[in-house]
Amino acid sequence: MRIPLSWLREFAEVPAGATAEDVMAELVKVGFEEEDVHRPTDTLQGPIVVGQVLSLVKEPQTNGKTINWCQVRVVPEGKEQTLTGDGIDPSGVQGIICGAHNFVEGDKVVVTLPGAVLPGNFHISARKTYGHLSAGMIASVRELGIGEDHDGILVLSRIGLDPEIGTDAMELLGLYDQAAEINVTPDRGYAFSIRGVAREYAHATGTTFTDPAGKVQAPAELSGGYGVKINDDAPIYGKPGCDRFVARTVRGVDATRPTPPWMVSRLRLAGVRSISLPVDISNYVMFELGQPTHCYDLDKLSGDIVVRRAAAGEKITTLDSKERTLDAEDLLITDDSGAIGIAGVMGGAATEVSDSTSNILVEAAHFDEVSIARSRRRHKLPSEASKRFERGVDWQVAGIAAQRVVDLLVELGGGIADETGTDVGTAPDTVTIELPAAFAAARIGIDFTEEQIVTSLEDLGAAVVKHDGGYTVTAPSWRNDLETKEDLSEEIARLVGYDNIPATLPVAPPGRGLTRVQQQRRRLIQALADAGLTEVLSYPFVSKAANDTFGVAEEGAARSAVKLANPISEEQGFLRTSILPGLIEVAKRNHSRGFRDLALFESGLVFLPGENLGTASIPPLGAKPADEELDALYDGVPAQPFHLAAVLTGHDSPAAAEHTPRAWDWADALDIARLAGDVLGVELVVTQGSHQAFHPGRAAQLSLRTGEVVGYAGELHPKLLASADMPARSVALEINADALFEAAPEVIVARHISAFPVATQDVALVVPADVPADEVLAALREGAGELLEDVALFDVYAGKGIEDGRKSLAFGLRFRAADRTLTADEASAARESAVALAGERFGAVQR
Amino acid sequence: MTETLPGAAIPNPTDEAAINAAVDQAITAIAGAATLDELKAVRLAHTGEKSPLSLANREIGKLPKDQKALAGKLMGASRGRVNKALADRTEVLEAENDARILLEETVDVTAAPRRRRAGARHPLSTLQDRVADIFVGMGWEIAEGPEVESEWFNFDALNFKPDHPAREMQDTFFVEPPEAHLLMRTHTSPVQVRSMLERDVPIYVLCPGKVFRTDELDATHTPVFHQFEGLAIDRNLSMADLRGTLEHFARQMFGDEASIRLRPNYFPFTEPSAELDIWHPDAKGGPRWIEWGGCGMVNPNVLRAAGIDPDVYSGFAFGMGIERTLMFRNEVGDMRDMIEGDVRFSEHFGMEI
Repeated sequence: MRIPLSWLREFAEVPAGATAEDVMAELVKVGFEEEDVHRPTDTLQGPIVVGQVLSLVKEPQTNGKTINWCQVRVVPEGKEQTLTGDGIDPSGVQGIICGAHNFVEGDKVVVTLPGAVLPGNFHISARKTYGHLSAGMIASVRELGIGEDHDGILVLSRIGLDPEIGTDAMELLGLYDQAAEINVTPDRGYAFSIRGVAREYAHATGTTFTDPAGKVQAPAELSGGYGVKINDDAPIYGKPGCDRFVARTVRGVDATRPTPPWMVSRLRLAGVRSISLPVDISNYVMFELGQPTHCYDLDKLSGDIVVRRAAAGEKITTLDSKERTLDAEDLLITDDSGAIGIAGVMGGAATEVSDSTSNILVEAAHFDEVSIARSRRRHKLPSEASKRFERGVDWQVAGIAAQRVVDLLVELGGGIADETGTDVGTAPDTVTIELPAAFAAARIGIDFTEEQIVTSLEDLGAAVVKHDGGYTVTAPSWRNDLETKEDLSEEIARLVGYDNIPATLPVAPPGRGLTRVQQQRRRLIQALADAGLTEVLSYPFVSKAANDTFGVAEEGAARSAVKLANPISEEQGFLRTSILPGLIEVAKRNHSRGFRDLALFESGLVFLPGENLGTASIPPLGAKPADEELDALYDGVPAQPFHLAAVLTGHDSPAAAEHTPRAWDWADALDIARLAGDVLGVELVVTQGSHQAFHPGRAAQLSLRTGEVVGYAGELHPKLLASADMPARSVALEINADALFEAAPEVIVARHISAFPVATQDVALVVPADVPADEVLAALREGAGELLEDVALFDVYAGKGIEDGRKSLAFGLRFRAADRTLTADEASAARESAVALAGERFGAVQR
Repeated sequence: MTETLPGAAIPNPTDEAAINAAVDQAITAIAGAATLDELKAVRLAHTGEKSPLSLANREIGKLPKDQKALAGKLMGASRGRVNKALADRTEVLEAENDARILLEETVDVTAAPRRRRAGARHPLSTLQDRVADIFVGMGWEIAEGPEVESEWFNFDALNFKPDHPAREMQDTFFVEPPEAHLLMRTHTSPVQVRSMLERDVPIYVLCPGKVFRTDELDATHTPVFHQFEGLAIDRNLSMADLRGTLEHFARQMFGDEASIRLRPNYFPFTEPSAELDIWHPDAKGGPRWIEWGGCGMVNPNVLRAAGIDPDVYSGFAFGMGIERTLMFRNEVGDMRDMIEGDVRFSEHFGMEI
């Protein structure tokens, strides 16, 4: 909302020298955020005066253009030029070249004299051009920054002005005024008016407010006016779409009269362009009082006005000349011809006022917020009117606003108002709120005095009756946001000032600290960072193809995923089922920025829709839903497990003197996955895996001991890497971390530490090449029995000395007994039984 | 190398002057040995079997009885002096030798390679942990919830009236089909609702997490960002408790000098509502108030939605943006730096913020 200061001053005590910034500094105290300043003088400086064209000589030029060599009087005849400076002619007549042709000798125009500065940092000076010394410029509205029209210069008579020569044109055109732009929160519809903001300014500064509504003499009752019927047969939430309709008639209006510059200036600062006198008046009153009004060409109306819901498929051509198909829920203004306006949103073209309009019917109505909001959304027609109706307009002000429009049409348009008028509808019940005496103090923490409470509420316009237990408060008609004692507490606190709220620190009951899962998550993230990986974040928006590739192991299978109704980009219209697509994008971005050695990880939620997706309806607000309703809400929310993923490419460290970096390979991906398990105390079972996103021979499937598959690790598929423009041999892993958290042991039982000597034995076993080393190791472990403390694979060999199709695996076995020193025979016997089991299972033969 | 000094006569073990001369000669030679090898040669020459002193010592046996004691005493003392000199010199030369070896092993430590890659946390994640720790320290608990959420938890339970402009101002991502009433949470407040439904009063929880709005990414906007929201429900909580909590938190976060300001504002889920500003003395362009978040007293309709009696309990809530906090606390100038995953951004912070 933009507030021209001159307008605000009419109703609030704004100091003469106050700037828009000063006004905003006051308004922020009562809850209006500063947005912007609109001040013509920031880009416009005089001298800019009214001049009269004394003579105009048309001089054709060689380039085909014709220019006007004008003599322009800028000081009244017989008076002295008081301005001095380069290019200012002491005679009071300036010679000026002008390329526009929309004026004649005798016209009064706006002259920007040498020394003036126009928007765009355009300095005016006397300069030689077309063979003359042109000392100034005759300005167009666009050059002055007050309009778009650039077809010709501004001829003052055409905007109804005949000022004295030499008059300060900036004053004349309201260019010394300025506007403060503030943000109005959606609960405060009343503040979309000078009336509302002036009241708030008075609250903020403790000064007096003059109600603009109080200046209008509206008749207490109206009758005999234009026929209007309110006929809403389908109210939304039981609220009638229209509960007041005031119609007034003004005849003999000259709609072609120019709007006075003060009104144009205020409207311009408020952010709307001047259209025509009737439309400008209607807008002016809306800004002043907050009540949107509409002017119909009375002679284009046929029959009574009926306010009703649309018939499905009914059509209207709105003021913007677009034909719109209406919905049965749209509230319409109609006459015998059909729809003549979408109520509160936009009028129809057929009954629009035009230059030929003489008789005007003024509408000032009150509409239901929800009904207007829905029509506006449905037709994508945000307007100044709908903005106000959606947020709530003062029911009481309609008659006053209509009167104000009538008065201005009479005063400025030369019309004559009918004495009759129409006012139909039913006032809503006044809102009465009980405010217990101590409530506001308890809620705010300030020990409010009775005077503070009563004064604050009365200043708002509320009626306050004190009684034994507290106050009975009747909210003012323009404050539809005041419904509860909490609302009143805010108002009291706001007017007394939030700065007066003291600080006390409440003590929470003893807590549990971070939950186990929260600790596990932190440990996991920290462990990966400690292991040398860099944590990054990516967006969860992915393509269907990305989900189908990464989200599901089998080639060609589709992944069910959550689709967004309004994604930022249609290509990435789904929510991720895997972190890898986003992470690979991040890797690519880094790679393209020159970083070749990368080890990136990300953790976060992935989205896996289940059988139930959402709920068909949702419970109302302000009440706890029944258990089964809540269960349905919970069930409808897709599963969102916490995943961990990493992508590695290039080398493990930067190259340096005396250091050869190692290229990341598939085993690193596996190693990091196992590290993730280790730090959580969960053993990951590794088996040869198959996943379409991974190299068919270099992928590991990761499972829990229970058999549950929790992820994959290995080299990404070469084709995928090539098509993604990623370096060959890049590796990746992804784990469902939630599954690990759940599998982590609650309590780890200690093992006895034996101090008896160790006995180590190595074995080399030859097995078929396709036997997984891990399974041979498991067989050794099982076969060796309880004397085995540890076993590790330390060499894999195939080639000379080993039969084709077989490989040699070398294991180190560490034996120790809990209660004695092992003899060499005991250790050997254990080794032999280990080897025997491996032989039995895999045909392993000792080398 | 010889074991005896060439041409040296065997001194008489009773001739003190001759013995002393031999001792002096030995000590001079010892002192002159520059290396352990030279010293070894000197040792053999002056204490070896054929050295003058050894030979003189051997002569004692041939002396008359009455001279033996005197000669023995003289020879013992003399050889002792030589051995002492040898031991001292050995110690010196060994020390010198050790020092030389160490000197020779000198490397240029400034040319050391980095063999281990230093990993890094994303600062948003580190900051989120730090915020959580402050509240955990105050006895609060950390609550989390889903990012795709039911519309009821995101809006209705939070007193957003259907069709009210406040709902639209949230720029919501909706899930297909819209009739399923699912959306990407626009704030972490649905976690507050879940917390109230799942826990018993009193409740003191902090809800950090990702939130989503349909903004295009630019220097100051991102469709995915992070918030932390606090919720306290107890008997007799007032706006003073809210201010006290925020003030304490601000001081933990920014130091004892931190100060906050509350300005009236509107949120459907709080009444009264306030905008929270923090005083930033080191802001670029001079000290000023920086908008940090929103807060207020929980609207009774929100309590009712969770089955909590607003006549018995009251509560306060607040919410701040983590990106925003990082932007003014750590002078991050462009939102995109936090979003794009450029390793330089995370690695600059390392494990710290």
